[in-house]
Amino acid sequence: MTGRRLATGGTIDRARPIAFHFDGQAYRGFAGDTLASALLGAGVALVGRSFKYHRPRGILSAGPEEPNALVELRDGARREPNTRATTVELHDGLVATSQNRWPSLRHDVMAVNGLLSPIFTAGFYYKTFMWPAAFWEKVYEPLIRRAAGLGRAAAVADPDHYEKATAFCDVLVIGAGPAGLDAALVAARAGDRVILAEQDFVLGGRLLSERGRDPIAELGDLPNLRVMTRTTVTGVYDGGTYAAIERVADHLAIPGQHQPRQRLWRLVARRAVLAAGAIERPLAFGDNDRPGVMLAGAVRTYVNRFGVAPGSRAVVFANNDDGARTVADLHAAGIEVAALVDPRPVPSAATIAAAQAANARLAAGVSIQRARGRLGVRDVELSDGTTIACDLVAMSGGWNPTLHLTSHLGGKPRWDEKIASFVPGGLPPGMTVVGAAAGDFGSGYEIAPLWRVRGTRGKSFVDFQNDVTVDDVALAAREGFRAVEHLKRYTTLGMATDQGKTSNVTGLAIMAELTGRGIPATGTTTFRPPFTPAAIGAFAGHHRGRDFRPTRRTPMHGWAAEQGAVFVETGLWLRAQYFLRPGESDWLTATNREVRAVREAVGLCDVTTLGKIDIQGADAAEFLDRVYVNGWKTLPVGRCRYGLMLREDGFAFDDGTTARLGPEHFLMTTTTANAGTVWRHLEFCRKVLWPDLDVQMTSVTEQWAQVALAGPRAPDVLARLTDVSLPHMGLAETTIMDGIEARLFRLSFSGERAYEIAVPARHGEALVRRLMAEGDAFGITPYGLEAIGLLRLEKGHVVGSELNGQTTAGDLGLARMMSAKKDFIGRVMAGRPALVDPERPVLVGLKPREPGAILAGGAHLLPQGAVATAANDQGYVTSVGYSPQLGSWIALGLLARGRERLGETVRAYDPVRGRDTPVEVVSPVFYDPEGSRLHG
Amino acid sequence: MRLTCPHCGNRGIEEFAYGGDADRRRPDGEPFGQAWMDYVYLRRNPAGAHREWWYHASGCRAWLVVTRDTTTHVVASVQEVAR
Amino acid sequence: MTDRFSIFTLLGEALSGHRGWKPQWRDPAPKPHYDVVIVGGGGHGLATAYYLASQHGIGNIAVVEKGWIGSGNVGRNTTIVRSNYLLPGNIPFYEWSLKLWEGLEQDINYNAMVSQRGVLNLYHSDGQRDAYARRGNAMRLHGVDAELLDRDAVRAKLPFLDFDNARFPIMGGLLQPRGGTVRHDAVAWGYARAADRRGVDILQNCEVTGIRIEGGRATGVETSRGFIGAGKIGLACAGNSGRVAAMAGLRLPIESHVLTAFVSEGLKPLIDCVVTFGAGHFYISQSDKGGLVFGGSIDGYNSYAQRGNLPIIEDVCEEGMALMPALGRLRMLRHWGGVMDMSMDGSPIIDRTDIGGLYLNAGWCIGGFKATPASGWCFAHLIARDEPHRVAAAYRLDRFATGRLLDEAGAGADVALH
Repeated sequence: MTGRRLATGGTIDRARPIAFHFDGQAYRGFAGDTLASALLGAGVALVGRSFKYHRPRGILSAGPEEPNALVELRDGARREPNTRATTVELHDGLVATSQNRWPSLRHDVMAVNGLLSPIFTAGFYYKTFMWPAAFWEKVYEPLIRRAAGLGRAAAVADPDHYEKATAFCDVLVIGAGPAGLDAALVAARAGDRVILAEQDFVLGGRLLSERGRDPIAELGDLPNLRVMTRTTVTGVYDGGTYAAIERVADHLAIPGQHQPRQRLWRLVARRAVLAAGAIERPLAFGDNDRPGVMLAGAVRTYVNRFGVAPGSRAVVFANNDDGARTVADLHAAGIEVAALVDPRPVPSAATIAAAQAANARLAAGVSIQRARGRLGVRDVELSDGTTIACDLVAMSGGWNPTLHLTSHLGGKPRWDEKIASFVPGGLPPGMTVVGAAAGDFGSGYEIAPLWRVRGTRGKSFVDFQNDVTVDDVALAAREGFRAVEHLKRYTTLGMATDQGKTSNVTGLAIMAELTGRGIPATGTTTFRPPFTPAAIGAFAGHHRGRDFRPTRRTPMHGWAAEQGAVFVETGLWLRAQYFLRPGESDWLTATNREVRAVREAVGLCDVTTLGKIDIQGADAAEFLDRVYVNGWKTLPVGRCRYGLMLREDGFAFDDGTTARLGPEHFLMTTTTANAGTVWRHLEFCRKVLWPDLDVQMTSVTEQWAQVALAGPRAPDVLARLTDVSLPHMGLAETTIMDGIEARLFRLSFSGERAYEIAVPARHGEALVRRLMAEGDAFGITPYGLEAIGLLRLEKGHVVGSELNGQTTAGDLGLARMMSAKKDFIGRVMAGRPALVDPERPVLVGLKPREPGAILAGGAHLLPQGAVATAANDQGYVTSVGYSPQLGSWIALGLLARGRERLGETVRAYDPVRGRDTPVEVVSPVFYDPEGSRLHG
Repeated sequence: MRLTCPHCGNRGIEEFAYGGDADRRRPDGEPFGQAWMDYVYLRRNPAGAHREWWYHASGCRAWLVVTRDTTTHVVASVQEVAR
Repeated sequence: MTDRFSIFTLLGEALSGHRGWKPQWRDPAPKPHYDVVIVGGGGHGLATAYYLASQHGIGNIAVVEKGWIGSGNVGRNTTIVRSNYLLPGNIPFYEWSLKLWEGLEQDINYNAMVSQRGVLNLYHSDGQRDAYARRGNAMRLHGVDAELLDRDAVRAKLPFLDFDNARFPIMGGLLQPRGGTVRHDAVAWGYARAADRRGVDILQNCEVTGIRIEGGRATGVETSRGFIGAGKIGLACAGNSGRVAAMAGLRLPIESHVLTAFVSEGLKPLIDCVVTFGAGHFYISQSDKGGLVFGGSIDGYNSYAQRGNLPIIEDVCEEGMALMPALGRLRMLRHWGGVMDMSMDGSPIIDRTDIGGLYLNAGWCIGGFKATPASGWCFAHLIARDEPHRVAAAYRLDRFATGRLLDEAGAGADVALH
């Protein structure tokens, strides 16, 4: 049979045929089809292979619970493995491929695993593959890894885009079946802002699947009701926050231009109504996984919604009155029903009537023992010894309320004996559950639980995708894995891509039977988000590639780029690392030139990224006294001072210069890296620790552009802009360049005469261009981070690699800054024995013994002649650079008792880079130790 | 998770920075001892109601004292730290 | 009944329908008194019981567990093992742990799938490279394997990472080839089975509600199954250490925080090693079953709820996409939370307490799984001999008072930064 489409019926649009490919073969379906309904309509029953035994599988369900019909959807970079055919909206040009089989779906070599199934029981791998030990990684594991997994990832960048959005509402209704539509209408008519989210591409839910139930489209035009189809609510989070994935363009071959593929919604709802319906349970009988064995509700969906006959001769097997409904619907569609097999000893009146009306044999008190037919069901053996030919088995073991979202915040489902199912227990704050999701199955359900058919031959599958059988559950019970989570983890029951939507309850019920504990005492596993698997890209949104995090650029960025700057990421900032001149190709040549310019003429660099905090108030100086180790009350107005902060645990935190602009007005500078952390720390100190202090502060990092001018000719360049002259560590507020507000500082980290000039950010670029123009005659040269690093290194100033959170003020040679006259953050804890231990590594300078030898950060320091073991580890190299002045690589490092070891030779041991370099311990100040250039 | 800032209203947790146990008191001026260990290192760490500091970093910059259940994440109260 | 695990016993059982397998551990009734009671039937507690029995000849031991064994972090972590630490107080301990992992399966006759696939920490700046070099060199000085890879070497290994359009370009990585992954649940089960076979009573559904202290000495635990007397009590309940220690009147330098872990749908082999992103907290590996196992940072607030919130979930996915843009169309199957004992310097505690006979194993932060064998080994040593094991000597409770901290990250007493 090549086509199983019924002549009439369903909500598909027969006027709009849609062409698609499955496993390279062309087929046709209709608008309104899913891939699954289109495949069934085209007569394709075999669509996949199972995980472990590679059993042939068909389509089991008609919804997101599908364990069998997983395909690779699309191809190339857009390949989506493990896509459930039952939820894919058919679109023109759709391409799907079966997975986890070789060489083809019909002839899968790995099906040999089925023959080995007596060995491949639950957890068999824990008991073997241990000998010889070396074989695990080399032989066994690679085989297992290749055999495992399902579909293939594309392994190239996802070409599509994703978005994130937030929406607020009074009532979020999850599910647009009968109960959800009702709830949304009532709430919207009452004036609430309502969002109705439906995972399907049309509204109606189960209404679409049941004969004679008209899907209402009566939602009308209520402006306060927002309907979101193709939107799955995936998770419940705290504070009434729900995550939802909207599949914006998944029903297209590729998204439209600028259209996201999917959108993550953060829905913030005062209340939520869960109307997610219920999911049908399979029955566990022999070889119940043969293609053609389907859930009864899914059979009705294919017949009534899609106008597809999933078979031509059906046997219905149900322990509840769904059997009757299914028989009636099949009969109405003109599909022969050979038998209604009902394990209940006394079938309901409705069941008897339905069988009679359909001329079907009613086999009461009987079960299907086994389905036969390898690639498609051929007949079924009943427990009464008869065999019935059929190509479709519609089974129903009852229904489970779709309560997953009720337990995302920890709510425990409750067992309801009447419907033989778990129903919602504790709910997330603000959630109400209605309809089938609440266990309200209406009248005419009449279930008599049947968790497994006994005395079967063949495999009785519980978890179809992971190939977990009744025997596996029994093995778990025998071996002591009786807790429901042990059952899950030992057998992998419920751990497949469907997360056990069709298998969990059956599995735990069988365990309850085997242990005699009862289902409530056995309990359920924990439901976790997402409700159905969700694209990782959607949760990332546009935060990928260069847009992963914001990029901060200083006002002088464009100017620096013109100058040949090579930029480097410094936190979120981009800073010039060095400036390539024409003809230069490497960083060292450029940096050496820049360093020489500063030492010999004048250099200019952008220091805008340093954190700047404006601090004012009568207690501003007192506040600084408390947060810095050194004193501030004596700092005169118009002067700057270097400050060091500790963390409260006594370790060094951050440093920088702070200027006194007025008696009650300071401007603090922080390192670029710590600007945010210091700011938060100060806010904590001010508002939580010492609210009584009269002090206010604000971050002005982005308000001011700041340029450093350093070198012997720096005063000459500055004189072209202003006639203000400053003492060392002096500052002035003035105007430059025809009235631009400016702050001038005389500060130096390079050991040269140096100034920093700050102007409002919008004037930053004008300032730097003006300085370049005025400095031209003096040989002004822009310099970057590499040169800054080397210049400070030559002077022994510490930076981030020394202020690494593990060093004390003493380690860094700054112990004398710690005032004994006042309390400050970190003072007390800095006095603990280990922090003042004389054996601690302290800051030293290091120079290679052999000229030209290269040093690298992270090398460890060992005594000369000592073997390279941890016992001889005495410290490490923190910063390195090549000094063009000294013609040598130089370094700072932390060395045990280093200050007593000047002149000693130690090993800079760097095995990860294959280096071992003798270095001399020297003073950390390599250049102009007298400071004559600074004051000259 | 969401917090209702006294200044800014109900806002997502991503706007706030966590400051930890709000029942700690800095022993200003005291020498090293148990009070310092209590402040810097030791925590009550209760399973249940927890008074904790939060900083509205991407909002009004207020430091808040939040009472929140650490087993359910339900927020009972949010107040600005005492001024 | 079949007890020994091997291919031969498996084949034998296959012929008889697997009806002969014994329970992997018994379900005994509590005795009134044990020489040692371990509180916490997780990886560390079960390993401690096993090594007390196997290394110290103590037979009369109980492990009490409030739920099912392995229900805490040993059953909800991202399965990574490694010893790529920086500080001399940490490296020997984690290296000993890795050595125990390497021989574990033969020791306990249980295939926990110890898979030394390599752990690669990426670096994205010169400073980060040097910090990793410092770490790698420290490892080498301790005899631990470490290799510093440049960008090309990383690219050859993992060509699908974002090398060309990254906000924070990948410059290279620090590789520990002997690092890898282990099937986490099997560690708990394997230790439980091995301990059980040496006579250890594993008492599930036995919640400790109090610790009885008489004359400054712990004498037993009150439980939901009655009082159980004990010569010595070892607390191995990370995540809940604060709660349990409070029963003995102890306050710890620990906060409980939630860490979210993720797994994708099953896929054919894609990622061979464990990779960590240096411009964030993201890390990823692929399980033998095919799922991508990944995670990021803790949520950053005190929590016992075993579940996190959207900002961190989004953050982890953003970092994942920044590192590996092929993740976009792959689907997150499940995310869950574990409660972490976040200590104030980021390193663990294995020590005596001020109460006689009461021992503490706590503060494992986000890295307790890899420590399981050595933690059990060293805790057993401490309990049996009343002196710390050499490789765990730094894990003292008084280090916060003395300042002999083990702060690998240099983050100070701010647990959110470790």
